[in-house]
Amino acid sequence: MEIQFILNGKKTTAEAADGTMLLLLLRSLGCYSVKCGCETTNCGLCTVWIDGVPSLSCSVLAARVEGKQVTTLEGLQEEAEEFAAFLAAEGAEQCGFCSPGFVMNVLAMVRELSDPTEEEIKEYLAGNLCRCTGYMGQLRAIKKYMSQKKENADMGKEGV
Amino acid sequence: MITIQNYRKVEDLAEAYELNQKKANRIVGGMMWLRMSKGRVQTAIDLSGLGLDTIEEDEQEFRIGCMTTLRQLELHEGLQKYFGGAVRESVRHIVGTQFRNGATVGGSIFGRFGFSDVLTCFLAMDSYVELYQGGIVPLREFVQMERDRDILVRLIVKKDGRKAVCLSERACSTDFPILVCAVSISEGRVEVAIGARPMKAEVVTLAEMAEDQALAELTEDKIEELAEKAAESFRFGSNMRGSAQYRQHLAYVLVKRGLKKLWKEEA
Repeated sequence: MEIQFILNGKKTTAEAADGTMLLLLLRSLGCYSVKCGCETTNCGLCTVWIDGVPSLSCSVLAARVEGKQVTTLEGLQEEAEEFAAFLAAEGAEQCGFCSPGFVMNVLAMVRELSDPTEEEIKEYLAGNLCRCTGYMGQLRAIKKYMSQKKENADMGKEGV
Repeated sequence: MITIQNYRKVEDLAEAYELNQKKANRIVGGMMWLRMSKGRVQTAIDLSGLGLDTIEEDEQEFRIGCMTTLRQLELHEGLQKYFGGAVRESVRHIVGTQFRNGATVGGSIFGRFGFSDVLTCFLAMDSYVELYQGGIVPLREFVQMERDRDILVRLIVKKDGRKAVCLSERACSTDFPILVCAVSISEGRVEVAIGARPMKAEVVTLAEMAEDQALAELTEDKIEELAEKAAESFRFGSNMRGSAQYRQHLAYVLVKRGLKKLWKEEA
């Protein structure tokens, strides 16, 4: 079947078998940031945004994104790089395999929650598993990243 | 893992129903659990184009479309306000945000899974399912019905002034529950639903008191008595997450906590 959708801001037409999962379609289109971890909806490695909503691409039929906007890490390079610098500074990465899905969900959280508590951050990101870090470095990185964003926003307002 | 041969986004419920009469075809919700089952689906029937992904609220009830996601339930202000956060509590432990953005109410309820937090929560409320052919059926009856090829269109939750609380116990965050417990008090009737026994959820009426007196009549001793009665009212089983004996004790603890929470909120 033919699927037409917007992938990282570009109109895309792709051919896929009816039962193809979005994860496989995206990788076939060169979005290698989308990783296949558990394939059982538990690990969050395959997180992409569908119409801005973080979703598990391992469990979404590719046919279901017809007419929708799909965003992968490839479409958020600048923001991802900015946040990744905080991750690196806090030593919050080891193998890095979970990072693309994790970064996608963090960036979704930043858009959805304006000033989350530590509990809210943990709850939002509970579906992103990391087997290396123990999460503490990641939590520090998120807090610092969000506080930097808040400072920048406040400075912007003062400037106005 | 399941494999899917054909995909059909239906135009209306009649088409979905007709397609669904064939045993090899399946209606797909969020595909979270379906994906992990075995076998081959000839045609995956997608209801996502039918506008059934909304929560409608009026003075009498909430009407929750079958394609509404668990995340929508979690964030719906009306549901949280009316049921004191019980609905949010029932879903917020389920895997992760992305999962709840996909998993649907229809899938969770129609599946009648033993581990379902959502089913347990709504069983403790005055809830009904709207079936395409079967009409409106109380959720409590629906849970006992044999699985058939009908379609769950909506979940209807009545606004009957009920106070409810939902609690669960998990071995670790985001895991399946060892036990889920929902306690509600309405018009003097104290009801408890227990899920993940590990069999599918059931509901019992623990006590009937004079209307509007239930919360006022609760005392530490009465709560203790009701919690003990609840633990003895259900049949529990064992699996890798816990023994029947452990679950029975958990039921006692969770019911007690639930009643205390409702009591304190009233005070």
